[in-house]
Amino acid sequence: MSKKYLLGVFHDEHDMIHAAKELKKNKIDIHDIYTPFPVHGLDQYLEIRPTRLPLVTLIAGTTGLVLALLFQYWVSVIDWPINVGGKPFNSFAAFIPVAFEITVLFGAFITVFAFLMRSKLIPIFSGGIMHAGATQDKFVIALAVKDASFDLQSISKTLGAFGASEVSIKEV
Amino acid sequence: MSEVVSKLRKPLVSKDRTYTEVSDDVLSVIEKPPGNLWKICISISASLLLMGIIVVGYQVSTGIGTWGLNKTIGWSWDITNFVFWVGIGHAGTLISAILLLFRQKWRTSINRAAEAMTIIAVMCAGIYPIIHMGRPWLAHWVFPYPNTRSLWLNFRSPLLWDVFAISTYFSVSAVFWYIGLIPDLANMRDRAKTPLKKRILTIVSLGWSGSHRTWHRYEMLCLILAGLATPLVVSVHTIVSMDFATSIIPGWHATIFPPYFVAGAVFSGFAMVLTLLIILRKVMNFEHYITPSHIEAMCKVLLCTGMLVGLAYGTEFFIAWYSGNQYERFVFLNRAFGPYAWAYWTMVVCNVFIPQLFWLKSVRNNLVIVFIISIFVNIGMWFERFVIITTSLHRDFLPSSWAMFSPTWVEICTFIGSFGLFFTLFFLFVRFLPAIAISEVKTVLNYAKHKDHHE
Repeated sequence: MSKKYLLGVFHDEHDMIHAAKELKKNKIDIHDIYTPFPVHGLDQYLEIRPTRLPLVTLIAGTTGLVLALLFQYWVSVIDWPINVGGKPFNSFAAFIPVAFEITVLFGAFITVFAFLMRSKLIPIFSGGIMHAGATQDKFVIALAVKDASFDLQSISKTLGAFGASEVSIKEV
Repeated sequence: MSEVVSKLRKPLVSKDRTYTEVSDDVLSVIEKPPGNLWKICISISASLLLMGIIVVGYQVSTGIGTWGLNKTIGWSWDITNFVFWVGIGHAGTLISAILLLFRQKWRTSINRAAEAMTIIAVMCAGIYPIIHMGRPWLAHWVFPYPNTRSLWLNFRSPLLWDVFAISTYFSVSAVFWYIGLIPDLANMRDRAKTPLKKRILTIVSLGWSGSHRTWHRYEMLCLILAGLATPLVVSVHTIVSMDFATSIIPGWHATIFPPYFVAGAVFSGFAMVLTLLIILRKVMNFEHYITPSHIEAMCKVLLCTGMLVGLAYGTEFFIAWYSGNQYERFVFLNRAFGPYAWAYWTMVVCNVFIPQLFWLKSVRNNLVIVFIISIFVNIGMWFERFVIITTSLHRDFLPSSWAMFSPTWVEICTFIGSFGLFFTLFFLFVRFLPAIAISEVKTVLNYAKHKDHHE
């Protein structure tokens, strides 16, 4: 089933921010805002919580670190110990560089993967594109048209009053 | 609406541009058919690459006895070129990661090209150890996987650390670069005229919509990746230096090597970034994005890292004398006054003396001179690796095994071939992908300008 959205398209990011502020004041939920570059100060209007990506990185990196150290220990001490220049089998200090690299590798790749999944950035999926101009120079406020309580007329008017150059309905 | 322009800070984009004009400036070059200049450039570089491929095929099928190595000098051009290319890569990560953490906004218009340079330079570096193996079809043996030989790897060897460091560096840099490209690929997708172009760009831009919820996570992701890439880039050249420093060869066995190599890597990388960008801004009309103040900032980085490298040269000499070790003293005196003195002094002049010209503002602002100096630094840094590697080996503990090194045509052609690979990939990059990070430049368009908004 497709969903209906009301789009307010702005040319100026400041006009868009003011409109978002007004909508928020009128207790109207904003579905999302589409911009060609990150515009700061919108989190409060969209009620976005801080992202948990850093936690993902911490867990992934720690996993990589522990796995790398255990693996090197298992290889060098348990599975096939080899005497290299009289060094101890458990040459812990020599295991640090590889353990560090694996920490970074796990941290980076798992965080990127988590980001792509959470943001639904998947090659075949392109249904979320609201407005083609939003990747170049347009700032688009999208509001979900839910039911009869959604006052299309007055909200369209508000968007227009704040400088929206185009107000339209889009079904996604 | 009134506009206030800061007197203290220069704008980062030197011409008044709208958001659409930024996209037009960067993308129009790659949306129209290639010009003759590009065709000439890619023909030359692809020919060099082809020659390189043939020569690599020859040395792999014949054996690395085709190189000029001898019993005394077991490492020379191959490892020199490997370290040279890895070092060049470091500037890209420095610009994209470290300058991001330090919130240096001028990085926005140069980071995309510099990161591309990083990835390509690491590819060029990677081919050298693989050829050096002699049997490159067994290159996967360097990774730990359960195998029928039931053997693991020696995790105490710095050469193995190198495998992990370089492959992690390459893959993390490539991912970081691609993540940065996604918003710009989406911009290209929405501008695409032909269905095929649109289809391809839809797939590679991963359905990017410009959603603020995604931007919000995206900015955190970039910060995290920068935070991971920063220690990573330091670790890579540290580990490369340990290939030498953990051995007991006089001239290599030095605790100063990791910081010395990292400073040298950043130094050589920035020189290569300058060489490429001074041409790029002219050829692709990016003069308003890569402005003289960008070039000037990079000159200052070169000046600083050049002096760090100079300090390391001096420290090495002091420690050689201070150690009281006769072999250590001999190696350094031999470097400066022995048969390879010409290489040593080329290195010192190119890396320490010539960059001192950057103290003068007039030099930093003269693009022709900056370009020439950047070439000198590229040459000097190649010689640094040659001096470290070859001069430390050519005078053995036994005078009877003293020898000299001269490269064969195979080694020279392989080196030229690696430049062919580098420039071919770089020309393909500027032809098919946006060489300037469009969405990032849009965020700094109003930098140093303050637009007043009154409701």
